Amino acid sequence: MVKKQPKIKLYTLSTCSHCLRTKKFFKDNGIEAELTDVDLLTGDEREKVMAEVRKLNPDCTFPTICIDDKVVVGFNEERIRKALGE
Amino acid sequence: MTAEQLYPILSKYAESQGIRLNKDREFVMDILRGLLTNEARYGYRSCPCRLAWGTKEQDADIICPCVYRDPDIKEYGSCYCELYVSAEWNEGNSEHRQVPERRPKEKRKML
Repeated sequence: MVKKQPKIKLYTLSTCSHCLRTKKFFKDNGIEAELTDVDLLTGDEREKVMAEVRKLNPDCTFPTICIDDKVVVGFNEERIRKALGE
Repeated sequence: MTAEQLYPILSKYAESQGIRLNKDREFVMDILRGLLTNEARYGYRSCPCRLAWGTKEQDADIICPCVYRDPDIKEYGSCYCELYVSAEWNEGNSEHRQVPERRPKEKRKML
């Protein structure tokens, strides 16, 4: 049976090396994820996204990784794999 | 200035401070590119791992090297970004832990 692909959202900064590693991890593993570089957003769009980040991670740090209903803060491969159910 | 040009300058600077740049050069180059992007964007080298306000006054504490670098290296062996590290951290003689954000919440760009 094919495992259902979880819904994954990555909240990142375009300048952050931990965020780059996070994006690379998902890309290299062929895992589809929705990417948002918050530093590239402005005005209302940024406010809307930061409100989402705050709900998931009240510290508002990056990367904030949302895998279905699980949240991983920072690039921690072990915790990401666990959240992916591997 | 390119990241390649900045690398030896910061490497020498780190050693003069009794610390080091992370020995993972590829990782460091990503950070340096982020720093230079922020310099072009804001006019100062704001921490690439943190969301900047965009004014020098509000971002003064996170202009690299940030004011949290030294206490973070003392406690965790590396700064928040893992750009600056202790010699022991680089040699693998101290545990590599994710550095929690030390910047007070009220100073952070939350929206």
